[in-house]
Amino acid sequence: MSVRRLDPVQPTAPFKFNAENAAWAKKTIAQYPAGKQASAVIALLWRAQEQNEGWVSRPVMEYIGDMLSMAFIRVYEIATFYSMFQLSPVGKKAHIQVCGTTPCMLRGAEDLKKVCQRKIHNDPHHLNADGSLSWEEVECLGACVNAPMVQVWKDTYEDLTPASFEKLIDDLAAGRAVKPGPQIDRQHSMAFGGATALTDKSLYSKQRTFTRVEAPPPPPPAAPTAAAPAPVAAPVVAAVAAPANAPVISRVAKVETTPAKAAPVKKAAPAAKPAAAGPELLKKPRTGSKADDLKLIWGVGPAFEKLLNKVGIWHFDQIASWNAADIKHVDALLKGFHGRIARDEWVKQAKKLSRGWRPENSIGDKPGKK
Amino acid sequence: MLADKDRIFTNLYGLHDWGLAGARQRGAWVDTKSFIDKGRDWLVNEIKASGLRGRGGAGFPTGLKWSFMPKVVGERPHYLVVNADESEPGTCKDREIMRHDPHLLVEGCLIAGAAMACSAAYIYVRGEYIREREHLQAAIDQAYEAKLIGKGNINGWDMDVYVAHGAGAYICGEETAMLESLEGKKGQPRMKPPFPANVGLYGAPTTVNNVESIAVTGTILRRGATWFNSMGRPNNVGTKLFCISGHVNTPCNVEEELGVTFRELIDKHAGGIRGGWDNLLAVIPGGSSVRMVPAEQIIDTPMDFDSLSKLRSGLGTAAVIVMDKSTDLIRAIARLAAFYKHESCGQCTPCREGTGWMMRVMDRMVEGRAEKREIDMLLDVSKQIEGHTICALGDAAAWPIQGLITHFRPVIEARIDAYTYRSTSDGAVRHAAE
Repeated sequence: MSVRRLDPVQPTAPFKFNAENAAWAKKTIAQYPAGKQASAVIALLWRAQEQNEGWVSRPVMEYIGDMLSMAFIRVYEIATFYSMFQLSPVGKKAHIQVCGTTPCMLRGAEDLKKVCQRKIHNDPHHLNADGSLSWEEVECLGACVNAPMVQVWKDTYEDLTPASFEKLIDDLAAGRAVKPGPQIDRQHSMAFGGATALTDKSLYSKQRTFTRVEAPPPPPPAAPTAAAPAPVAAPVVAAVAAPANAPVISRVAKVETTPAKAAPVKKAAPAAKPAAAGPELLKKPRTGSKADDLKLIWGVGPAFEKLLNKVGIWHFDQIASWNAADIKHVDALLKGFHGRIARDEWVKQAKKLSRGWRPENSIGDKPGKK
Repeated sequence: MLADKDRIFTNLYGLHDWGLAGARQRGAWVDTKSFIDKGRDWLVNEIKASGLRGRGGAGFPTGLKWSFMPKVVGERPHYLVVNADESEPGTCKDREIMRHDPHLLVEGCLIAGAAMACSAAYIYVRGEYIREREHLQAAIDQAYEAKLIGKGNINGWDMDVYVAHGAGAYICGEETAMLESLEGKKGQPRMKPPFPANVGLYGAPTTVNNVESIAVTGTILRRGATWFNSMGRPNNVGTKLFCISGHVNTPCNVEEELGVTFRELIDKHAGGIRGGWDNLLAVIPGGSSVRMVPAEQIIDTPMDFDSLSKLRSGLGTAAVIVMDKSTDLIRAIARLAAFYKHESCGQCTPCREGTGWMMRVMDRMVEGRAEKREIDMLLDVSKQIEGHTICALGDAAAWPIQGLITHFRPVIEARIDAYTYRSTSDGAVRHAAE
């Protein structure tokens, strides 16, 4: 931490905001909830510093303390903690803050410091001979891509060289107008020599509109291929009551084309499953039957069971009927549990369970045991 | 490479009008009401689904952070605090947002406020950004005038947006220090828990988000979480503002896809390394607080959170500080040690004393005026600081030095050897033995 103390020489005249600043202070205090007026202390001190020729004296701090009903020590604390509060008088025409942190240092900030030492004073925080200029080295000022840079009052002067910096100091000392921002021919933080991005003129010629890219409806197909018929849920669900069969809410065409040679037919699917369709997913248990206790599958707990239900899996025979492509498809839906189906041999487990077999304990039997 | 139409900050370089009319034409404030009308849960879920990770350095998922706020507003109001205290050396992205695209930030405040039922947002701008603060305040005034924010606005969520500012304390970028500073105190971080989402500003539930995280939300909602999610690499999605500084031919700010390789980033936007790729020595990829990475490791690394943390560094704020072979690495890191010494708030002993100690040792190592066993001592002390402080400044002060010792210990040793040789060889002027 930096140790900062009040200037040993303090003015005796009291400080008071001018009319404009007093009105501004009232508005600023009103930003904060009632009783929390202390929140405005930094803003007020800063404004007072501007009015008081660039530094905060003890009368300034005490004036602000009174205004915000704060103990003076709390205001002294603020003024000494925050390094932008100058505790000693600064140059009347310019107080030059040279950024010296690594990104600026890499591009020549040390040369700028030497310029300050030569032209203003050997030591920071000291006035030059006629009291018009002073300088200090500060920590990163946040204009690193325009390094090296300095800040004078409200403005930054970027992309400096020792030569252009000397000219800048001369201009400030002579009271000539100076141009803030990059001191070379450069547009703010754009790459020197021309933009590498945002060159598409069509973005700016007319009102820009966007169309939302909507997420695929849940349960989302792993990789919607162009051919995949959009699962139209609504009409089928609407007709739920009538058919004895379960409402089929999602039938997705084979997702991956890995077995291009019509794999589904090869692995004769059990009766419930129409050929060439995706795995059967149900919105709720089939009418007339209760949902199976999926926790009996080794590796499926209560939370996982919920996820499976959400995806549309309620019965053991659904799982028992899966082929490799189905597994791949469902696996993609089981976020956070990828790979479990194959690893825990679900199809094998479910085939046994759907035939009425029950494991020894309620969390299922580990596959491969025995 | 990211196409211009997929860039969120289309006025990054200030070529166009930053005011309300210009911002609206570029798409800001379009459909804002329709998103807010969908309610809190939808907003939070949409941001969760977008995979947006906080852009302030730690990369915590933004949507998840939003979901930590209490579900119903109790006696205490909810606050949003936007962290615009951009002080991490190397970082200058939020500055561009505030001065050239402030309406995206103001709109983002309203959206985040609606998602967390906040009654007010405070944007805490670092003290040095005075012109940026003026632009931001002007944009807020425009938004009030157009009834986009404030009481009874047309977007359907009553919220005030205020600008507050600091006065040159890096530590106020830490979220709880920022809350202290907003309350009118010294910026000394608070212990956690309680977390700000429960006890934050004035003891009320508060969420602190980075400027960039908030400013991208409007566009994410307009184009859909799926759009944002489709860019980048898994778990590291979306676009990011990169600040490329140091020894490149054309330093610049640019918005790129997360996961762009270092080589592509530098070649496309920064005009290559000064003196060519063979001249690259090391890179600090995420602002001064992350460990440096030697050239050969970083060149083909994707610039994203996970890839860089695998190199024991980090994406941080995506402030890429490039150092070529002319760099005196020890000096560069010693300057950072001085920075952390200056910015330590003085609250925790390991950091207050340790940062000064490390700076003094580093200063001697720049000259070589040290002993080799002190390298290990320095490493050891840095580990004593890391993790033993209330906030992460202690860690941030330790990591650059650890990075230097891990990757460039021979450089330090050679410096010490050279100094020793000079002071003992023939011709050296010996001090009288008195």
